[in-house]
Amino acid sequence: MSKVHVTTSVNGEPREMLCEPQQSLLEVLRDELGMTGTKEGCATGDCGACSVMVDGRLVCSCLMLGVEAEGVDITTIEGIAEGSTLHPVQRKFLEHAALQCGICTPGFIVATKALLDRNPDPDERTIRYWLAGNLCRCTGYDKIVRAVQDAAAELAHEA
Amino acid sequence: MAEARDYRAIGTRPVRPDGVDKVTGRANFGADMNLPNMIHGKVLRSPHAHARIKRVDGSRALEVPGVYAVISGADFPSGAEGEISGEGGGTVSDLAMNIMARDKALYHGHAVAAVAAKTAFLAETALELIDVEYEVLPPVLDVDVAMGPDAPLVDEHQRTRGNESAGPSNIAAITRFERGDPEAGFAEADVVVERDYRVPTAHQGYIEPHACTASLDEEGRATVWCCTQGHFDVRSMTAGVLGKSVGEIKVVPSEIGGGFGGKTVIYLEPLAVKLSELTGRPVKMVMSREEVFRATGPTSASHCKIKVGAKRDGTITAATAWLAYEAGAYAGAPVGPGCMSVFAPYDLDNFRIEGFDVLVNKPKAAAYRAPGAPQAMHAMESALDELSRRIGMDPIDLRLKNCADEGTQAPYGPVYPPIGIRKCLEAAKVHPNYTTPKAEGTGRGIAAGFWFNIGMQSSAEVRLSEDGTVTVMEGSPDIGGSRASMCLMAAETLGVPYDIVRAHVGDTESTGFCNVTGGSRTTFATGLAVVQACEDIIAECKQRAAATWDIDADQVDWTDGEAIPKPGVNIDVQPLSLADIAGNAGRTGGPILGRASLNAQGAGAGFSVNFADVNVDQETGKVDVLSFTAIQDAGTAIHPSYVEGQMQGGAVQGLGWALNEEYIYDDNGVMENAGFLDYRVPVASDMPMIDTQIIEVPNPSHPYGVRGVGETPIVAPLAVTSNAVSDALGFRISDLPLSPPRVLAAIDAHEEA
Repeated sequence: MSKVHVTTSVNGEPREMLCEPQQSLLEVLRDELGMTGTKEGCATGDCGACSVMVDGRLVCSCLMLGVEAEGVDITTIEGIAEGSTLHPVQRKFLEHAALQCGICTPGFIVATKALLDRNPDPDERTIRYWLAGNLCRCTGYDKIVRAVQDAAAELAHEA
Repeated sequence: MAEARDYRAIGTRPVRPDGVDKVTGRANFGADMNLPNMIHGKVLRSPHAHARIKRVDGSRALEVPGVYAVISGADFPSGAEGEISGEGGGTVSDLAMNIMARDKALYHGHAVAAVAAKTAFLAETALELIDVEYEVLPPVLDVDVAMGPDAPLVDEHQRTRGNESAGPSNIAAITRFERGDPEAGFAEADVVVERDYRVPTAHQGYIEPHACTASLDEEGRATVWCCTQGHFDVRSMTAGVLGKSVGEIKVVPSEIGGGFGGKTVIYLEPLAVKLSELTGRPVKMVMSREEVFRATGPTSASHCKIKVGAKRDGTITAATAWLAYEAGAYAGAPVGPGCMSVFAPYDLDNFRIEGFDVLVNKPKAAAYRAPGAPQAMHAMESALDELSRRIGMDPIDLRLKNCADEGTQAPYGPVYPPIGIRKCLEAAKVHPNYTTPKAEGTGRGIAAGFWFNIGMQSSAEVRLSEDGTVTVMEGSPDIGGSRASMCLMAAETLGVPYDIVRAHVGDTESTGFCNVTGGSRTTFATGLAVVQACEDIIAECKQRAAATWDIDADQVDWTDGEAIPKPGVNIDVQPLSLADIAGNAGRTGGPILGRASLNAQGAGAGFSVNFADVNVDQETGKVDVLSFTAIQDAGTAIHPSYVEGQMQGGAVQGLGWALNEEYIYDDNGVMENAGFLDYRVPVASDMPMIDTQIIEVPNPSHPYGVRGVGETPIVAPLAVTSNAVSDALGFRISDLPLSPPRVLAAIDAHEEA
């Protein structure tokens, strides 16, 4: 099968890539662009470790084909910090010890940013349901939920 | 002797040293390794739960351009010898056959061949072109059936250890021990509870699938990059399977995306090395989630019988436990630790314990967080709950009445040093979540948990840089924040700020031997090595200061990160800080480093008490956990946030096992729910906040009083859930999981009865 030329934008930078037709966006990000911050936990859309934002919407990059990325804006975990300054969500995850092994963390941080972009003041129930597509096997979610609450409070204070 | 005391670093909650890499996507996990010229390996797995392999033929696959090698059992040496170190145990021979079947496939998903190809996609496609001829055999899929006289034999050569003359059996081993006179004890009892309990197979469910990359050079030396709980054990296991010496293999651990025991063993590494050997190229192998479910780790399904008798005042007069665990396809179910843990919190005069390690045609069980304890203690702690109801006693008071203490001979043998079970029970009794009455219509359950914790071998090296910053090099893969704990203990010992200390996990050629991150041993044993290596640094720094001052080293004290003359030493000098001494090291004898290697003893048992309130939807059978409280003795909490994290994460894993998780098989032994959609682990919206209370009964065998905390947390939640659901329903369901279909069926059956 011949490869398909795709022009897209990743973390604000224009990127060109050659995708095999069956390659998922996750595979293209990791294997073609070398952006391994986005993780594969299941490749079936059940765990959220591969969460990215596409045109501002949260998606599992394992459920989207690379060739579907033509002309879209993709935000990955590598694009969450601003330069050398961590995003408040990243900082709060560290301060609250909201990660243990860290494999699910990129997905949780992208998903949390997507939540706070659209709902800056979510209650606990909203946070828990929004993040229900992201599996964490280490933390039991308690410290993740608290980190999200604290990040939301800080962002509200800054606004 | 460790005593509660004031610490500067220990007990604080700083950001972990590897944290920034993990929130930015920079951290490299198992599947993130890429090398020039690298190709990809995939595994062909048995479609049958039990079948003789008559022929494996890869010739059609090899005709495809870009397919470079096909291997099967015939490519590996036979007759591997030795035992596996680490928490799971077992023999190298069984390990070798588990990762690549030889004459028989013993479970659905058992590896029968592997292929290396230019891309992962091509390798996957090529699997369909490998021809395998099977003679399908009847599988045995249940522990009770497997123990029966007419069961199909998983392994015709398997005999019961110690009873070999009885002929082939699926029972690989029987454990028995007892104390006192159980029959006489039951005769003294006013109330006796006797019941059967079943717990299903559950998977560790780490989010990162197994992954490795291997490269063999022209001299036959292999380098393996992989996600593992113990790279030194990967090295020895890979060497054992391939018939190589450990000196020919270097293992570099990546960051690890969860393990919970399941990454103490290997599945891919020898295959990748063999494929690299045949192709002359680096080979990367990454499992799919489905492969993780079908072919790796789960823990044992179990059938337990408990009989326990007590007097009206709550004194337990006798108890017996009969525990049968599924080992999967090869011997080694964690029934031994199940037997040893079942009565561990209690001071019993009369008991008998029997355990059976039983082969079935399912994946070989691997360690899962406190391996063997959750199943057994679910049974005992459920029986105690029933007993407390029968005699009308608070379940905490019943446990306090029979509680083990320092000096009690543990049911599994040793006399307990200081332990925390009584303090945990007392803390639960007065905890506001317990003293607050449960809401109308809900149920409350309580249970105790226990894990032995282990010590084993660790090494550490601590190096002073020329500006006085500190590098800790150790060999325990950091699965949950252990680098932070190492830095805290090093900072405490040296008397320096936390943020000038950095901990690193070295590969097998960069640091001394270290057993797996498992058995809740890392903060205890590797921490002990780090503390001793820091003491080595302090001794050296005192020497350097003494030389500088022209006095004897024993005239120098080390206080708050500085060398000072001892009181009474008449010399007018300024203290020398770690940075002063480090900066001057070139003139006082050269670089300064400290090291320690040890086989740690006295890990210190970990006890917990958990309780929860639940609501049961009578129409759907769905159980909602309304609140959960975990109380556990941590000895000393080095980094309390990560101790709480272990308690919370273990609680939710236990709740998942209790409420929903199970391997569902069809009659042919095919797992029907091999994905996260159908094997449903708890998600954020399923769970409440998990309240924690850390109890600190310092472990006298550690300079800061550490006892392991990682495994105990998963144990109690199973019985907590059973007891809470039974309380809500007004009758008992003794089998897990308490999933909506099972609970609904039990409600319907109870209403009919």
